[in-house]
Amino acid sequence: MHSWIEALVALFLLLGSLFALVGAIGLYRLPDFFMRLHGPTKSTTLGVGGMVIASLIYFGSRGDGISLHELLITLFLFITAPVSAHMLAKAALQQKLRLSDKTRGRPWEQ
Amino acid sequence: MLAYVIPLCLAIMGLALVLTLARLIKGPDMPDRILALDTLYINAIALLVLFGIWLGSDLYFEAALLIAVMGFIGTVAVAKYLLRGDIIE
Amino acid sequence: MTARRWLPHPLLSLTLLLVWLLLVNDISVGHWLLGALLGWLIPLLTQVFWINPPRIRKPLKLCLFFLRVLGDIVIANLQVAKLILGPSARLRPAFVEIPMLLEDELALTMLASIISLTPGTVSADLSDDRKILLVHSLDVDDEAALVEQIKHRYEAPLLEVFACSPT
Repeated sequence: MHSWIEALVALFLLLGSLFALVGAIGLYRLPDFFMRLHGPTKSTTLGVGGMVIASLIYFGSRGDGISLHELLITLFLFITAPVSAHMLAKAALQQKLRLSDKTRGRPWEQ
Repeated sequence: MLAYVIPLCLAIMGLALVLTLARLIKGPDMPDRILALDTLYINAIALLVLFGIWLGSDLYFEAALLIAVMGFIGTVAVAKYLLRGDIIE
Repeated sequence: MTARRWLPHPLLSLTLLLVWLLLVNDISVGHWLLGALLGWLIPLLTQVFWINPPRIRKPLKLCLFFLRVLGDIVIANLQVAKLILGPSARLRPAFVEIPMLLEDELALTMLASIISLTPGTVSADLSDDRKILLVHSLDVDDEAALVEQIKHRYEAPLLEVFACSPT
């Protein structure tokens, strides 16, 4: 394998895992539920995206044909992540979770 | 180079999993715990893909895809249970 | 009308074929045929469950829009990473209500998903009459500017792409 392909794979792997770590840090340290919701829905999805791109390049460069089936995982996550975030947000609104004091605007009552 | 980078990435992902686990234990409310479980399964997918690259094997893809599907269904089912007190009406 | 009866959702069939080819990771003739068969049979058998999709007026524009959204997602992630790692006392979270012009179910779902995936916002709830979307934002400076940005950047192209007939 060429060294620059290896470097590219390493770069994407590092990017992906760092994004996942940022998502987890956000989940751990932000003060209220709605703010915590932001970390996983965005960063973690892109984290998996980075890993998948690295995997695509790695298996594509081994010479036994290009394989794109890892893209399915990313595609699926990009479709499902907003849906589960929305469901969780609705559940949290219904349970009337405590909001951070600085939050401007109030959710409506339905 | 990959021989050094992949264990490093595994360590970073492990740290992410520990942080998520801490949130899962700490709570404080049900949606927080579900969110932590959601993040756990997505991180598990990333970990599996990483593991597949490490072993140079294509086999882990199927497991990752299955976890993606089942994890989503699980999250939606539990969120729906919180929302309505019932899953299938 | 017979074409419509035998092939109710051409786009869905095409997507199923593509997903099948990706899933088996093999583009031999046999798998093309099997994928085409699945893409034909599944929509036919599940016809009753599908909502009527809106007509796509400008497919090319939709593709360009998706590419732009993908770019926005990457930028959004960098921004959110910066916000998360920075001091959390500086964050200014807010709930913002965004009035919707879109009426179609699929287009609304798309817009809500895109909002969830892009800059610091998560769509939290849709009002019962589907007129207002409640959005939570991680760090917002000016609510009106945020509403304006979402309407201009994401809703306007979707309105243009889908032939939304005001019912």
